[in-house]
Amino acid sequence: MAMKSRHKKLALITLVVAILGVAVALVLNAFNSNLVFFFSPTQIANGDAPTSRAFRIGGLVEEGSIKRQADGLTVNFVVTDTAKSIPVTYTGILPDLFKEGKGVVAEGKLGSNGVFTATQVLAKHDENYMPPEAASALEQAAKAQKTVVE
Amino acid sequence: MIPELGHFALIIALLLALTQAILPLYGAQRGNLTLMGVARPAAQGQFVFVALSFACLAWSFLSNDFSVLNVAKNSFSQLPEVYRLTATWGSHEGSMLLWVLILGFWSTAVSVFSRHLPEDMAARVIGVMGLISSGFLAFLLTTSNPFERLIPAAMDGNDMNPLLQDWGMIIHPPMLYMGYVGFAVAFAFAIAALLSGKMDVAWARWSRPWTTVAWAFLTFGIMLGSWWAYRELGWGGWWFWDPTENASFMPWLAGTALIHSLAVTEKRGAFKAWTVLLALMAFSLSLLGTFLVRSGVLSSVHAFATDPARGAFILGFLAVVIGGSLVLYAWRAPKMVTGSGFTWFSRESLLLANNVILIAALGSVLLGTLYPLFMDAMGFGKISVGPPYFNAVFVPVMAPALFLMAIGPLARWKEASLPDVITRLKWALGVALAVGLLVPLGLGGFKPWAALGFFLAAWIALAVLAGFVDRLKHGQGSLMHKLSTLPRGFWGMQLAHFGMAVGVAGIAVVANYQTERDVRMEVNSYAELAGYRFTFRGTTEHDGPNYRAARGTLEVSRDGKPVATLHPEKRVYNASGMAMTEADIHPNVYRDIYVAMGEQLDDRGAWTVRLFYKPFINWLWFGALFMVFGGFLAASDKRYRIALRRSEMPKHIAAQGA
Repeated sequence: MAMKSRHKKLALITLVVAILGVAVALVLNAFNSNLVFFFSPTQIANGDAPTSRAFRIGGLVEEGSIKRQADGLTVNFVVTDTAKSIPVTYTGILPDLFKEGKGVVAEGKLGSNGVFTATQVLAKHDENYMPPEAASALEQAAKAQKTVVE
Repeated sequence: MIPELGHFALIIALLLALTQAILPLYGAQRGNLTLMGVARPAAQGQFVFVALSFACLAWSFLSNDFSVLNVAKNSFSQLPEVYRLTATWGSHEGSMLLWVLILGFWSTAVSVFSRHLPEDMAARVIGVMGLISSGFLAFLLTTSNPFERLIPAAMDGNDMNPLLQDWGMIIHPPMLYMGYVGFAVAFAFAIAALLSGKMDVAWARWSRPWTTVAWAFLTFGIMLGSWWAYRELGWGGWWFWDPTENASFMPWLAGTALIHSLAVTEKRGAFKAWTVLLALMAFSLSLLGTFLVRSGVLSSVHAFATDPARGAFILGFLAVVIGGSLVLYAWRAPKMVTGSGFTWFSRESLLLANNVILIAALGSVLLGTLYPLFMDAMGFGKISVGPPYFNAVFVPVMAPALFLMAIGPLARWKEASLPDVITRLKWALGVALAVGLLVPLGLGGFKPWAALGFFLAAWIALAVLAGFVDRLKHGQGSLMHKLSTLPRGFWGMQLAHFGMAVGVAGIAVVANYQTERDVRMEVNSYAELAGYRFTFRGTTEHDGPNYRAARGTLEVSRDGKPVATLHPEKRVYNASGMAMTEADIHPNVYRDIYVAMGEQLDDRGAWTVRLFYKPFINWLWFGALFMVFGGFLAASDKRYRIALRRSEMPKHIAAQGA
């Protein structure tokens, strides 16, 4: 037997609200714990970046800083925004466009020794294209230097 | 001359598109048959001129006319001919022209296959499509002229982005756009219904095959994009939750909800207002996708075009389309009459659950895609929302939808009996649980997510089987005869659902059991992965048409028996100097062996090499292909053509009334 239409509507609305409620709770919880923030080398040098949580760093790969370890897979390099520089270590294969003097964004954690251990190195697939994060880090550093000079 | 001809044809196309929009819409409002009659020839004429323009651009690319800026930027004299042709839509301008061309194609298709519609309905649908064409043509002519000259002409071109030089990319954009733009038809039908106030079952029947075909194309386009990323980006992933991918996935989720909601509206006359809203949503999300990818607001591997003026135009266009259609909806939707009722357990209620879940999933993807952009635009700093978020949300949200998906087709309309459905599905539940528990053990270790994936895949596949058993139990004649008399709509649905099961199984395996290694390999040394031995035989120089490559040779063997010899390459493209990794893959039904070259380490020829073992990856593409084929099959159902003849009547009545 069919339920009364009023009850049926109520049951349906309750169901829909319940599903949406669970979904929203899941979403917000996952959202909160999986946001990855971005910090420029200057911000990291100032101690603004967390040490417990993964984040992204961006800037230029400093000229002459790429050093490959004996295992052939671990690479050390320095990311700079022209004001401050942060040493980075990464094990694995680097993207095709990873080059000295070019923009780079890396994701990973900052160690207590001040070395950033990257789990992922992102480089953009276009010779002229600067990753927006890297571009903004350079811009901020340039602005900061200007204010110091003035 | 040819580029100017193309530019001129584009201007004429805009004039025709405006005619196609204004006169029929005005005529339909006034009941003027002559003005309504303009719709079809204007749409067809518009398509002819856009096609002419597109042909002119293709000719400029094929003939290496480097006095055209677009060609100089995106092509190269050494580029193979097929890529010179596809470079036509590799650029921003060209891809927008392709968009308009496909919109013209759909409009023409509607003009040809709408003879059965009441004249005012057809005029409104084609008129709304004309409005959209006008917007995009104006966009092309004002901000993205594909025929802009370069004076003096370049000696040679900058070359096409090497990543796009792949045959997956040849057909990915046209297929994706066939889907995106196909939702414009569903959108136009929805707007026409709102304008006329006639929201009946016939409306749902008319727009249903169009929507299903668009959905099938979009599915195919997304699959090709994923397949391209897997083979070409060199890190073996098939879905990155990259904003550009999400941009095409969001309309797909809305479109999937729409084709299910349309089923309820057509069969039961219910969910009318909701169906219309979904149709508006699917196309709005297609436009949003275009905006995200083409305005340069994103930072991602796909974001090739960057220009703020274009972004402002598309954003404005988006605001007009979404805002305008929602205002119209708010004004008209309350007048729609709801259809017959249904109980808490019925096919309607299960499809409603499907819709609620799909929209919740869509919301979570939308949040993850737009929130970082919003924060950045507001100056709150740069953040990124990566795969962990999407995986954490998407999998639990979609799992109940996949569970219900098996039950839906077996439940009756209006009021289904739960005990009856349980009787018909309990064996399937038992087998699916066993599969979920045992298969992961057989694959090398129990993992809860893999178990859930197998359970759901088996559950859906077995329910498809149960659906056939259900249909074949009754009636007379041989099995073959009965199978051949099942409607194509049923076959299509079953095939698409089965494709989902295949895809889910593929995802469950590859996400949980794939293995990879980055290794340093000296010449004639070997590395092992997943029981395979990879022996590196060094690299040789190799000249391509427009690149030079170091081509590696890796011999793959298992238990001493040779399996394959793979040749991954590291290329440097002549024009751009861009380096690119070209992976090599040995596929079969159960697994891919995938190798990619890193970089050379020393003078003796040692390289870093990335090795992947990707079990069941191909099931993903097979699953998607089943869904595509199912969509086309369902759209070709006889019932839509019968409906065609039956509704000849109202057309004449409408004509007399006018």
